[in-house]
Amino acid sequence: MGKGELGKTYSDGEVITRQGDIGDCMYVIQKGEVQVLMEKDGVETQLRVANEGEFLGEMAIFDHEKRSATLCALGEARLLTIDKKNFLKRIHKDPSLAFRLVQTMSKRVRDLSDEVTRLKADVHRE
Amino acid sequence: MSRSAHSKEKREDLQLVDGSKVAVIGGGPAGSFVSFFLLEMAERCGLELDVEIFEPRDFSGVAPKGCNMCGGIISETLVQNLAAEGINLPSTVVQRGIESYKLHMDIGSVRIETPLQEKRIGAVYRGAGPRDLTSSKWGSFDHHLEKLTAAKGAHVTRERVVDVSFDDGRPKIAVKGGQPQSYDLLVVAVGVNSAALRLFTGNGQGYQPPESTKTFITEYYLGEETIEKTLGDSMHVFLLNIPRLEFAAIIPKGDYASVCLLGESIDKELVQSFLDSPQVKACMPGNWSSDPRSCQCSPKISIGAANKPFADRLVFVGDCGVTRLYKDGIGAAYRTAKACATTAVFEGISERDFKRHYWPVCRSIRTDNSIGKLSFAVTRQIQKWRFARRALLRMTEKEQKMAGRRRDMSQVLWDMFTGSAPYRDIVTVSLHPRFLARLAWELVVAASPIARAEN
Repeated sequence: MGKGELGKTYSDGEVITRQGDIGDCMYVIQKGEVQVLMEKDGVETQLRVANEGEFLGEMAIFDHEKRSATLCALGEARLLTIDKKNFLKRIHKDPSLAFRLVQTMSKRVRDLSDEVTRLKADVHRE
Repeated sequence: MSRSAHSKEKREDLQLVDGSKVAVIGGGPAGSFVSFFLLEMAERCGLELDVEIFEPRDFSGVAPKGCNMCGGIISETLVQNLAAEGINLPSTVVQRGIESYKLHMDIGSVRIETPLQEKRIGAVYRGAGPRDLTSSKWGSFDHHLEKLTAAKGAHVTRERVVDVSFDDGRPKIAVKGGQPQSYDLLVVAVGVNSAALRLFTGNGQGYQPPESTKTFITEYYLGEETIEKTLGDSMHVFLLNIPRLEFAAIIPKGDYASVCLLGESIDKELVQSFLDSPQVKACMPGNWSSDPRSCQCSPKISIGAANKPFADRLVFVGDCGVTRLYKDGIGAAYRTAKACATTAVFEGISERDFKRHYWPVCRSIRTDNSIGKLSFAVTRQIQKWRFARRALLRMTEKEQKMAGRRRDMSQVLWDMFTGSAPYRDIVTVSLHPRFLARLAWELVVAASPIARAEN
């Protein structure tokens, strides 16, 4: 890890946070890629690969549910942790600080809607 | 026309609209942040603004040409806030990620680590580096922000503003040899060392710059390898019983160590007595001696708040408005700049708008500084009383050694030295009965004849 690099470096395949864990922070990818994996009935599926600058684990900031997915470094990746409690305190003082998060979540809802539409269309065709 | 209709028309006039022109004097962090957020907020609500930054210095140059005379610490809170804003700091700008603080006192030293073992504090140079820099491996923090702001659409004019006037309520500014240009809003984002502040005192707007004090900063060349072996990834802070010295720190950067001293009337004698102290010698290389030719400066830092930092179409952000006492000046520049931009875009640019929506942020920093002065008064007493220093050291050492133990004293010291939390939060933690009880016990133990004999 370079001396001027901020955050924490994870090696290839290292788990950053696991599905089912209690989340008390979110992450911002500073460098590299991160796999978002979800396990259902013993089968692990890759939902997507997140890139530099993306937020991850942001749902933990707003709800009290367990982590919905496992985050795993794809190659060496460096992530900055943003603490839930302090971040919420800062959002309370400056609500616009949450703008990018809301933008990210909004984009994910759109992507999910597209995905559901595509899957439904596939089922319909079959 | 009735008075209320006239006032309504005036208020509507004092709004930023499509094509409004904004001049920003000063291209340091406060100037870049205010320009960045003005353009960002405007973009969010479909408004087109013309933002022009006036900055004569080229921050990509080495000191003193491109330097902004500052310790150069980006606090933990600011690193996280910027990441949430989409502004990530690359390793080409951050010279060293700081993961711990080492507190040095005459009775011993203790290392205070972050609970997450993660580098979330950045040591940067505001310019390209010290004047004796031979090759530049890292970029300037101020230049990085300026580039981000320019990419957002701000124009940077490398000229010094020499005249400011108001024509029919609109600010007009002139650069050397140029004709005065009219703007809809003028944002002043200069430091307390800037000559530009003279343009605003006594011009009828009521602005008075904040109170300031002198500080001392030197950059000693040690080389990257030596820094790694000696100072490491820790910022070294000193609580020494040296008269007039309030706070001292050695910050490891790329090839250099920045020595920053804060206190009353800092002079050569005080600097030398600090550098000659065994605690400083112990954390510097064995054969090290201070080189008098090293790049050094004694800039003024703001320790108060400006009087009336706003008027119709005029607002002061960052150091020339209000900043945090001794710490996190860049964080304060971010907060005031963002509050200013939000007010200007969403509320208006009248004195009333700034008073209602911008001033509360400045006032909260000012109030917190009053609490900070109290905290530093307590720190001064600890510096004077040996048994209090012993108690503080024992309490911190115990917390750092035992995993899972509540780290109240470590948290207080961490927040005090890093500027990560408001002084109000630090005082709140230190007034908790559990903290007070533990501290009282350590003070009793430290003052006991057995402990004195041991020391």
